[in-house]
Amino acid sequence: MLNIKDEKKGEDLIVELEGRLDTTTSPQLEEKINAVIEGVSKLTFDLKNLEYISSAGLRVLLSAQKIMNKQGRMVVNNPTEEVQEIFEVTGFSDIFTIQ
Amino acid sequence: MKKKFECEATIENLEKVMGFVEEALESQQCDMARLMQITLAVEEIYVNIAHYAYGKLDEGGKPIPDTGTGPMELDLEADKGQVYLTFKDKGFPYNPLEKEDPDTTLSAEEREIGGLGIFMVKKSMDEISYDYKDGKNILTMMKHI
Repeated sequence: MLNIKDEKKGEDLIVELEGRLDTTTSPQLEEKINAVIEGVSKLTFDLKNLEYISSAGLRVLLSAQKIMNKQGRMVVNNPTEEVQEIFEVTGFSDIFTIQ
Repeated sequence: MKKKFECEATIENLEKVMGFVEEALESQQCDMARLMQITLAVEEIYVNIAHYAYGKLDEGGKPIPDTGTGPMELDLEADKGQVYLTFKDKGFPYNPLEKEDPDTTLSAEEREIGGLGIFMVKKSMDEISYDYKDGKNILTMMKHI
């Protein structure tokens, strides 16, 4: 299960993820991002409540990163130790700006 | 402990597969970090089977995703701090371990997602092996818990 909370203030978009970002739930996030990303210059993901991420989830975050490289910047906040380890193993810790 | 799970290899059944593995491992007092690494590997392997194992082949002999489905079997065995997971399917012979590892040093623009799943499996598990026997793909992986 995945809960997505998004808050837009001007060109700032904060997306908070809670639960699991996997094969089943990733399409939900992709849809949400595509619906709200236009005109956003700073996209922040808050991952403090994200328990799990698989390659399907990484794929969605990568495609968001590619969009933000063109129109602004993207920040990934507060990943748990387990999720951070996955970013490191897959090389995504060098691609994302993690805070 | 030995457990078996069988289903039709479809994406819709992923949650049932994950539920089976999580329940079995929780009874083994597996810690959260390892549980996540194991379930990650299970998801990646299962999703590969669901997408490709029973797909029709294109002219180049490569399977077209989501064009067919068939049975899948997962054996889980936990003993003396080791967990073994064995996936079996009767799809076309395919050894995912031969897939080249992705270059994890590339930038976002250069990164391709192909091969990432199996790479994550290799990194998450301690041992992994593939065999094709009696018309079945047999993928076994092991992790110390």
